[in-house]
Amino acid sequence: MIPRKLTLKDHFLEYRLFTNRVIILLVFCGLILLALFSRLFYLQVVAHEHFTTLSEDNRVKLQAIAPNRGLIYDRNGILLADNLPSYRLEITAEQVDDMSATLAALGEIIDIRETDRTRFEKLLRRKPRFEAVPLRFHLSDEEVGRFSVNRHRFPGVDIQAGLARHYPLGSLAVHALGYVGRIDENALKGLDSSNYNGTTYIGKTGIEKSYETVLHGEVGVQQVEITAQGRVLRVLQSTPPVPGRNLYLTLDSRLQDVAEKAFGDKTGTAIAIDPGNGDILALVSMPTYDPNPFVNGIEYADYKALRDDDKEPLFNRALRGQYPPGSTIKPFMGLAGLEQGITTAKSSTYCPGYFMLPGKTRKYRDWKHYGHGTVNLSSAITQSCDVYFYDLAVSMGIERIHDYLAHFGFGKLTGIDIQGELPGLLPSPEWKHARRGQAWFPGETVITGIGQGFFMATPLQLAVATATLANRGQRIRPSIIRAEQEAGSTALLPHMLQIEETLSVQDPKNWDTVINAMIDVVNSARGTARHIGIDSPYKIAGKTGTAQVYGLKQDEKYDAKLIDEKLRDHALFIAFAPADNPKIAVAVVVEHGGGGGSVAAPIARTIIDSYLQGGPT
Amino acid sequence: MNAVISSSREDASRRGWQYRLHIDAPLLVALIGVSAIGLLVLYSAGGSDMNLIGRQLLRLCIAFTTMFAVAQVTPRWLQRMTPWVFATGILLLLAVLIKGEISGGAQRWLDLYFVRFQPSEMMKLAVPMMVAWYLADAPLPPNRFQLLASSVLTIVPTLMIIKQPDLGTALLIASAGFFVLFLAGLQWRLMAILGGLAAAAAPLLWHFMHDYQRMRVMTFLNPQNDPLGAGYHTIQAEIAIGSGGLFGKGWLNGTQSQLDFLPERSTDFIFAVLSEEFGFIGITVLFTCYMVIVIRGTLIAVQAQDTFTRLLAGSLAMTFFVYVIVNTGMVTGLLPVVGVPLPMISYGGTSIVTLMAGFGILMSIQTHRKLLPT
Repeated sequence: MIPRKLTLKDHFLEYRLFTNRVIILLVFCGLILLALFSRLFYLQVVAHEHFTTLSEDNRVKLQAIAPNRGLIYDRNGILLADNLPSYRLEITAEQVDDMSATLAALGEIIDIRETDRTRFEKLLRRKPRFEAVPLRFHLSDEEVGRFSVNRHRFPGVDIQAGLARHYPLGSLAVHALGYVGRIDENALKGLDSSNYNGTTYIGKTGIEKSYETVLHGEVGVQQVEITAQGRVLRVLQSTPPVPGRNLYLTLDSRLQDVAEKAFGDKTGTAIAIDPGNGDILALVSMPTYDPNPFVNGIEYADYKALRDDDKEPLFNRALRGQYPPGSTIKPFMGLAGLEQGITTAKSSTYCPGYFMLPGKTRKYRDWKHYGHGTVNLSSAITQSCDVYFYDLAVSMGIERIHDYLAHFGFGKLTGIDIQGELPGLLPSPEWKHARRGQAWFPGETVITGIGQGFFMATPLQLAVATATLANRGQRIRPSIIRAEQEAGSTALLPHMLQIEETLSVQDPKNWDTVINAMIDVVNSARGTARHIGIDSPYKIAGKTGTAQVYGLKQDEKYDAKLIDEKLRDHALFIAFAPADNPKIAVAVVVEHGGGGGSVAAPIARTIIDSYLQGGPT
Repeated sequence: MNAVISSSREDASRRGWQYRLHIDAPLLVALIGVSAIGLLVLYSAGGSDMNLIGRQLLRLCIAFTTMFAVAQVTPRWLQRMTPWVFATGILLLLAVLIKGEISGGAQRWLDLYFVRFQPSEMMKLAVPMMVAWYLADAPLPPNRFQLLASSVLTIVPTLMIIKQPDLGTALLIASAGFFVLFLAGLQWRLMAILGGLAAAAAPLLWHFMHDYQRMRVMTFLNPQNDPLGAGYHTIQAEIAIGSGGLFGKGWLNGTQSQLDFLPERSTDFIFAVLSEEFGFIGITVLFTCYMVIVIRGTLIAVQAQDTFTRLLAGSLAMTFFVYVIVNTGMVTGLLPVVGVPLPMISYGGTSIVTLMAGFGILMSIQTHRKLLPT
C-alpha cells in the first residue's frame, strides 16, 4: 500500500500515543467496573433483605400452554388430521418409596417396554424430584381402565390427558399430508423456539411440515402460584394460546382412495389435477405407509423395515420421483414442431422400424420392429411411432427442443405450495457442458425426442404440463391448500389462484392437431390405449409412454419376461377428460410396469371415471 | 538495529518453554480459571446434567486446541492473510443474507455440508484485523480519510450482521473496529464527529430493529411495565442476584435457578445463577480472572513490536472486556437485553471458539517477538 503522503512514521511518538490511549481505555474500564460493582453492591448488600423476601415470596411462575394444532380437511370437509385425547402415565419420584418395585408392579398391568424405561430413567435424572416424569405415552383405553382400578396401589403414579395427532384415514394421502413427530433439537432451527415451549409435536414432512407455522398457532402463558418446593397450587391468570389454523386441501379423499386402490400392489405414482384452477385432486405415491406410529416415535425396527423396503414406501414419488417421460413427451414435441414450422400436420415420414443419423451406422430402433410405414404427426402420436419423433428431434435440434419444452415447465419446479418437489431435468448442451464437462452428441438429441436419455420429469410436472395442454396454453400453478380457517370460525380464508403466463401459439389449430391425436390414442382403432376408450361415456385424450430403465444392445429384443423385474420399463400415461371440456388431468407412472397402454392407462381411466361419474365437488 | 536481532528460533531456546510452545502462561492460567468456574456454575444451572457438562467440556477442548493452533501462526503471516480473511468473511456474510432472503427468516448459519458455520463469528476477528492492517502502514494518528475508510470497513459488516438479525454480535464487531481506531490515536475532534454520527444513526437503527428487539429496549427502560411478559427475565434475574447476598446461597442451592424461575439460566442469564449461589464474593473472584485476562492482553499490546500487532492486541483485549460487560450489564439490569453470552461460562455457541482463537492471536503476538538488546 502506498502511503498517501510521504510522511515518515515516528515510532517513538506512535508508541507514546498508543500507551496514552491504553491508559485512557483502562481508566474507562475501571469506571465501568465501578458502576457494575456499585450496582451489584446495591443489589446484593444494600437491598439484600428486600430481594431475599422477594425470592422467598416468589410464588408466581410462568408456564407455557401449548396451542391446539390446526386440523386438516380434504376439499369436502372430510377430516384427514385430527387431535385425539391421549393418555400418558406419569410418575412423581418424590412420592414413590421404591421406584424399581413400583415399575415392576406397573409392568404387570401396563405394557412397559425397554425403550420407555430408558427414556424415563434419563428424564428422571434431569428433572427435580417433585416434577412428574412421563413413563408411557398413548395408553390404550383398556390400560387406562386397568390402571384406574389399581390406582390405590400406586401413590405418585398418575394418568394425564393430552392431545395427540391422529390420522383417521391411516395411510391415505400420507405423502401429501406428511406427519408430525416429537420435537428434537434440530427441528426448531429457523423457528421461534419460545413459541414451542410446551409443544410436543412438530411437522416432520409433507403439509404438516410445510405449513408448520400456520398449523401450530401461538403459545399461551399461565401464571401459577407454587409452594416453596415448587409445587403448583393454583392458576392465577392466563393468556390463552391461539390455536393453529385449520387447513382445507384441494385433495378429494374419495378420489385419492380410488386412485390408491387402483394401483393394487404395484409401485408407482399418480397425480390428478383440475386444469381449471390447478387444484391437486389426488396425489398418489405407492406403496404408502401409516403415519400414525411416527407421531409418538416409531419403533426402530418398524422404521428400519420401512426404510429398507425395496419398494421405498417413504419415498414421495409424486413430488420427488424423476422419471424419463418416454413417449408421453410426444404431444409436446409435436406441438413444438408445428409451432416452430419444422413440421406440418400433413407432412409425413416413412418409418422402417429404425432411424439412422446421416453418415452414421447406429440404428435407433422403433418399439415396433417392422415399423409403422408412412406416418404423419397425428398418426405418429396415435401409434406412438418413435422414428417420426427421432426425425423431428434431429430437425429441431436440442436447443429448440429445450427452449420450447421449458414453456411447459419441464426442468423447473412447478411451484406447488408444499415443500420438497424436485425439478426434473430438461437437458441442453449448456447443462451437459456445465455438469458433466462433455460436449452434446447428436445421438442424444435423437433419444431426447422420445423422452429418453438425460430427460427426467416428475409426475407432478407431467400432470401440470398435461393440464396446460388441456387448457390450450393457460398455465396455472398447482396447489394443494385450498383455504385456511381460524379456529372457532366458520369463514374460510381461500388461498389465491396462481395464474401464470399463458403459453401463446402462432396457430390455434396446432392445439387441435395435437389434442385430436391424443383423443385418437384412446379412441381410434390403432391407438396405443384404445382398450380404455371402448366403453367410455366421454372422450379421453391421452398418451402412453414407456420409460426405459435398462439399455438394450443394438440387436437385442426386449422381452419383459426375461428381464429382472427391477430392470423392467416404467409404464406411463398422461390424460385429460372430457377432451372438449377438460375437468381433470392425470399423470400415472407404474414403476417397472412394462407398457404404458396396458398398465398405466387403466389406472388413469379409473381415476377419471371416479372423478367425472362419482360426482365432481 | 537489524544486526542485533537474532533469529526467532534462537530466541525461543533462550527464553524457555512459553516461547517454544507459543503459550502465554498468565493468560492461560486465567482462562483455565474462568473455564473451571464456568463448568461449576453450568452444572448447577443445567440441573446437574452430566451430559450437558460433557458437551461443554468437549467444546472447551476444541476451543483451547484452536487457541494453541492459532498461537503457532506468526503475526507476520497473519498480517499478510488479513485482507483475504476479511474478503472471505464479507462474501460469506453476503451468502448468508441471500440464503436468508430465500428462506424468508433469520439466517446466521451457512451450511457447509460437513459443518454449520456462522460467518459473523469470523468477522469478530476479521474486522479488527482488517482495520489494524489498514492503519498499520501509514503514520498515525489516522487522518480524516483513513477514519472514513476504517469506518466503512467496520460499518459494512456490522450492518450486514444487524440485518441477520444478530444485534449482540454486531455490537461487538462495531466496538472491535472502534477500539482499533481509538488506539491508533484518533483525534478527539474526529472522535466527536464519529460520536455525533453514531447518535444520528440511533433513530435509524431503531427503524431497522425487529419488534422483539424494540420490545427489549422498552422493557429495559421500564421492566415493571410488563412483569410477566418481556420484563420477566430482568426482574427474576435481579431477585436472583439480590437474594444471593455477600456469600451466596451455596452451590446447587439457588432457589431462583433450581426452581425454574430464572429463564435461560444455562445460557445468557448464567451470571444470575453465579450471583445467587456464590454471592458478591463469587462475582469478585470471577471478575478477578476476567481482569487478569484484560490487563494481560493490554500488556501484550503495549509490549508488541509493530503497529499492526499492537493495535490488534489492544482491540482484542478491550473487546473481551466489552463482551463481559454487555452480558453482566444486561443481567444486572444496567443494559438492555441483548443476546450476548457470558464469555467462557454460558453454555453452547460457537462464539467460544472465536474467542479462544482471539487469545491465540494474543499469545502469538507475545511469543513471536524478536529479542531486542537490553
